[in-house]
Amino acid sequence: MNFDAKFAAKKFNSVGTRPVRPDGVDKVTGRARYGADFNMPGQLAGAVLRSPHAHAKIKKIDVSKAEKLKGVKAVITADDLPDLTDGDSGLYNILDNCMARGRALYDGHAVAAVAAIDARTAREALKRIKVTYQVLPHVTDVDEAVAPGAPLVHEDVFTSGIDPRPKKPSNVAKRSEYGHGDVEKGFKQADFIVERRYRTEQTHQGYIEPHACVASFNADGTADMWVCTQGHFVFRQTCADLLGIDVSKLRVTSSEIGGGFGGKTHVWIEPVALALSRKAGRPVKLVMPREDVFRASGPTSATSIDVRICARKDGTITAAQADLRYSCGPYRDMWAELGAMTSFACYDLANVKSVGHEVLVNRPKTAAYRAPSAPMAAFAVESAIDELAHEIGMDPVEFRIKNAAKEGTKSSYGPVYGPIGIGPTLDAARDHPHMAAALGKNQGRGMACGFWFNFGGQTCTDLNIGLDGTVTLAVGTVDVGGARASLSLVAAEELGISYDEVKAVVADTSTLGYNDMTDGSRGTFSSSMATISAARNAIGVMKERAAAMWDIPVEDVVWEDGHAKATGAGHGNLPPLSLKEIAAAAPKTGGPIAGHSELVADGAGVSFATHICDVEVDPDTGATKVLRYTVIQDAGKAVHPDYVEGQYQGGAAQGIGWALNEEYIYGKDGRLQNPGFLDYRIPVCSDLPMIDTQILEIPNPNHPYGVRGVGETSIVPPLAAIANAVSNAVGVRLAHIPMSPPRILAALDTKKKD
Amino acid sequence: MVEVTLWGSVGSAAGGNKQVEVEAKNIRELFAKLAAEYPGLEPLIDNGIAVAIDGVIYRDTWSKELPEDAEIVLLPRLAGG
Repeated sequence: MNFDAKFAAKKFNSVGTRPVRPDGVDKVTGRARYGADFNMPGQLAGAVLRSPHAHAKIKKIDVSKAEKLKGVKAVITADDLPDLTDGDSGLYNILDNCMARGRALYDGHAVAAVAAIDARTAREALKRIKVTYQVLPHVTDVDEAVAPGAPLVHEDVFTSGIDPRPKKPSNVAKRSEYGHGDVEKGFKQADFIVERRYRTEQTHQGYIEPHACVASFNADGTADMWVCTQGHFVFRQTCADLLGIDVSKLRVTSSEIGGGFGGKTHVWIEPVALALSRKAGRPVKLVMPREDVFRASGPTSATSIDVRICARKDGTITAAQADLRYSCGPYRDMWAELGAMTSFACYDLANVKSVGHEVLVNRPKTAAYRAPSAPMAAFAVESAIDELAHEIGMDPVEFRIKNAAKEGTKSSYGPVYGPIGIGPTLDAARDHPHMAAALGKNQGRGMACGFWFNFGGQTCTDLNIGLDGTVTLAVGTVDVGGARASLSLVAAEELGISYDEVKAVVADTSTLGYNDMTDGSRGTFSSSMATISAARNAIGVMKERAAAMWDIPVEDVVWEDGHAKATGAGHGNLPPLSLKEIAAAAPKTGGPIAGHSELVADGAGVSFATHICDVEVDPDTGATKVLRYTVIQDAGKAVHPDYVEGQYQGGAAQGIGWALNEEYIYGKDGRLQNPGFLDYRIPVCSDLPMIDTQILEIPNPNHPYGVRGVGETSIVPPLAAIANAVSNAVGVRLAHIPMSPPRILAALDTKKKD
Repeated sequence: MVEVTLWGSVGSAAGGNKQVEVEAKNIRELFAKLAAEYPGLEPLIDNGIAVAIDGVIYRDTWSKELPEDAEIVLLPRLAGG
């Protein structure tokens, strides 16, 4: 990387201000184009037939009656998506998930798809496809899946990460272990110990916009796709690999996105739409109905976590251990491993051990969900930490402060920390007025900490200066939370012009170099780094042009406040040249002026947050109302504080839903019983208080402005913060998320009996 | 010579070794020598491994130099949301 990303303190003019976002008017007036808003001449409607069984052998698929239906232009099955994965098991699993190959592995698994002249005909055609299933035993519960004698999701999976390799197959695809020290020795040194099993149920990201795309395969073998995604370059690569297309021949344009939160980092219907279009010879639009979104896309893991933590009387934690089981759906992944890595990351521990088990179940493939796997681990650990503080008789905030990780701490997942923000967020929580506010009857307060890694990745950006001196910024990360506004501020800051003079767009895959997925809280971190680099390259060009206009050496030109200035003896009387003047002269001084940047943005810097929550629990109904909520998080540098606050509030809102209501409910038949927003209840405005935020700015040493990612960490503490608040309100420990009214009433009944 | 800690599934793929010494100046050399010594690591390296150098995580930068006294930890490539 030919770019010095080291942090340099400076006074900002644009960064840190709060202008109106450029996409705001279109979004509130309905003009913004989301995935389902694209249309092509001659476009067909696609529809997908899904398995009604949790686990079944597909003995035969008869599509003949569907093909004969008037208006049907193509019917596809797995036979139309041949295996081109060349031994790449990860890619094969993606292919298998998009269209079942021999076995349906969960309720909702795609088995066939249709393209027809309209949606009604497509739906009618689905009814005429005859699939002969042989129903197989299934398992959907994470604990039942690891029990002896459980039905096997795959008969050829042997747990990896165990030496020697097990002789029998099981539903545990992988074991991973993290930690250091000697936990058994640490447990012997303790005066107090807390040991408990915690469970969290499977939840969906709950993005309002369903997955949608339009695919158009052309007669010359090229193809176009318009799609709602968090990473159109990655979608291009995956689809090209699965369909056997040259990457350069598939052009993917990302639409506006109505929420992703990790669920739109995976392909689901896109290869199917392309295969339908290839077979039909016409464009195909495929939009997932909400029921399909729930049954067949993106839930997070259900988990079962055993935690043991102990401490001395003085409040020093001497050992901590967690055993984590995370459901993966039918495909091996790293969800439990991420839980194991993040579980104890907030603390400075001499003896720590966390073990992750990736558990296969007959549920949809688990997808990333905002700081994937960390919220569940934090729920278990932060609940146990709170309970341990109570046992010792220490204030929970002071207990955490005493044991918090700091610069130089060896983290539980391996590396030694540099400068980090857990201590400052805890100090801010202790000093926050929220902590001292009075509580009423049936009310309780809880707090919890959270950690997420953050990362960067491959990033490419183009900055073009027009003849009038206004600037177009083309970026390749998707705008999931106000990035076009933030990146325009960064370009304006570097160039020394106003925010209004920059127009940021998300470029398609044929007009910009490759960009990694917009995930890992990397969008603003990575693309702002590339934007700074591109702007500095453009400034280099403008200095050369100014030197040519003045006929002086370029070494005698500096860039300040949006102007080229001549320095040195003999040039002092030259008036500065503005960006506009240099841009206007561009045709005669060498042509267009642009700055380009391609880099790998590394050094994202880990992120910490502390949340405080007040709740009131109705002892008659078990219903919980969140009365007050405060988020304290380190942003490194808040480029556009409105959208940093928005990320904090959004994470807390999603966490509140996860903690109190959201849950995949499966019947004994292995079918999902609540695939819709009426029965799967996400929070609405009336469920939420105003969520207060406090932005801390501890500069990231590996970004020129000190920026850290902010998108994910805010969903890590809420499950635990709310569980601690509810437990304090009702006087009994709640260890099963969501804490829905029936679970709270059951806990109260148990307390009465005791 | 740098000392490298292999964590989680990365250590398992290297025959259970948690700490190895490798003669490598940068990440590219480190990966090449680890893959030669521990073939089980090759698929993980191909799919992407994160390298933490003094606590800062790098993902794809082969040219990143490895100072002799640095703390180097190999981690599985992270997923994000």
